[in-house]
Amino acid sequence: MSLKVSLQKRLGTFVLDVEFDAPTPGIVALFGPSGCGKSTIINIIAGLLPPDRGRISLDDDVLLDTGRQVAIATERRGIGYVFQDARLFPHLDVDSNLSYAQRRARRAPYVTLERVLALLDLEPLLSRRVHQLSGGERQRVAIGRALLSQPRLLLLDEPLAALDRDRREEVLPYLENLRDQLSIPMIYVSHQFDEVLRLATHIVLMQSGTAAAEGGITQMSLDPKLRALIGPDAVGSVIDGTVIGEDATSGLTRVQVGNGEIKVEAARLVAGTRMRVQLLARDVIVSTRLPQHLSVRNSLQGVVTAIDDDGTGKSVGGSDLVSIDVGAGASILARVTRAATRELELSVGTPAWALVKAVSLRGHSFPVPSSPSADPPPERRGAT
Amino acid sequence: MIAPTHQEVAALELSLSVAWRSVLFSLPPAILIAWVLTRRRFVGRTLLDAVVHLPLVLPPVAVGYVLLLLFGTRGPIGGWLDRAFGIVLIFTRNGAALATAVMSFPLMVRAIRISLENVDRGLEDAARTLGAGRLDRLMSVTLPLMLPGLLAGAITAFSAALGEFGAVITFVSNIPGETQTLPLALYSALQEPGGEHAAARLAIMSVALGLGGLLLSEWFARRVRSMLGR
Repeated sequence: MSLKVSLQKRLGTFVLDVEFDAPTPGIVALFGPSGCGKSTIINIIAGLLPPDRGRISLDDDVLLDTGRQVAIATERRGIGYVFQDARLFPHLDVDSNLSYAQRRARRAPYVTLERVLALLDLEPLLSRRVHQLSGGERQRVAIGRALLSQPRLLLLDEPLAALDRDRREEVLPYLENLRDQLSIPMIYVSHQFDEVLRLATHIVLMQSGTAAAEGGITQMSLDPKLRALIGPDAVGSVIDGTVIGEDATSGLTRVQVGNGEIKVEAARLVAGTRMRVQLLARDVIVSTRLPQHLSVRNSLQGVVTAIDDDGTGKSVGGSDLVSIDVGAGASILARVTRAATRELELSVGTPAWALVKAVSLRGHSFPVPSSPSADPPPERRGAT
Repeated sequence: MIAPTHQEVAALELSLSVAWRSVLFSLPPAILIAWVLTRRRFVGRTLLDAVVHLPLVLPPVAVGYVLLLLFGTRGPIGGWLDRAFGIVLIFTRNGAALATAVMSFPLMVRAIRISLENVDRGLEDAARTLGAGRLDRLMSVTLPLMLPGLLAGAITAFSAALGEFGAVITFVSNIPGETQTLPLALYSALQEPGGEHAAARLAIMSVALGLGGLLLSEWFARRVRSMLGR
């Protein structure tokens, strides 16, 4: 099943010409800098803005096809929209905001009020007026309201952008919850890579009105276009591993990555849980021999598959970004100085070990797709 | 000397009766015109805007005279109303209400327009994504959010209607008990020798009424604002 989008729209001098095809359900991240047309795309998908030309289909339903004069009105499109500024109705309290959506739902309910209240922890807010809510609470109510309209697709336009760091951390676990508990496809617009990393199953990389690249997050984390966008310090491979269990001696969580395993500091996770791990290129050390006598907890054996100019110009003489294939389709990026590349005689095909400290790993739990587990409490996500 | 006479009380009652009729008549068209002027772009919009504002700049007597021409029993509209429904406006309190409605219409439209301009269209878009059609959005989002402006407009128009003189006396004359509102009664009292006390009482009534209206409008506005969290 998939969401197919193909759109053209001219707005003054800005030209949007975008095409992508994302698997559903899951969270598709529209990721890119401000002004690249992300919000324009979801406004067109919602039907709030007409495109010059385009076609949008979700699974087997055509929502828009300018070629065949099909354009379902926004109110009948069945698409939920969570706006950056929440847009709760100020003349209604929280309860009435929720029932506003519930009363107007046009499709058979698949998520009940009780479920939404539980998923987003809204019960204590019900009798509040909108202006008595914090920014994070507003977004939670807005998400709940959108869900209660029983949408077949949920659009989220930078829902956390107006929040400070702490409030974002407060709302993110709820979004992870939705992704893991409900099988509703979502499009998540963001220019924050850490949000995308935690939530997205598929990334569409936007650049000045076009989709520059798209794919799963593992594959996209290796894409030079994405690297250019997120800045050198955030560059690193993202790998979806599987939890093996707890390491008896260290208490760390063992995660299968490629043909090897790494140990991550994380809350105890059930074996078999999928875990997304980000290894920042600046934290990875490359060795051409089996490392010994080191405090580093994680070493993964592989083969160098590419050496690219890092292009950061940070160290004298420049630095390289070395890709190491560690098996099972997983690759790790390591940033090394050009001098080190020469000294270690690294080249494509060289056997190498990638070393990384457990504390520099960032893990985020993802559920095993086949069997959604019971409510994962927010603390269950990985630690750093 | 302090107690108002029967005729003065009648003038007060008539003023209130005329004023609320005037607000009732003008509110729906004022909402419509304000909506058209705010949300629609069309040829002749500026002209419509000017016509709506005309009573503000015309001498009230001229407005009364135009009404007389149009709504008099021989006028094109007045004649038709008389023949078709037996409605006579001239020399009646409904006629007085019409004259005050026309005079206060620009104030009403202005207040409603400002409140409509302040309605966040994003909230209407949000309602659309939740499945609300056009009329539903108007009733469930737009009008409730305009409420402060609607109330302010209605109360301003009500107060203005209480004080309207020129258009009323020209269109419906000065008939005690039927068209003699407070300002008309005040004017008559001043015309009569020894009418100073009556004039003073009527003036005090007018002041009390106006002040009450303004305070009430302020209180309403504050309540609604706190309800909306502004």
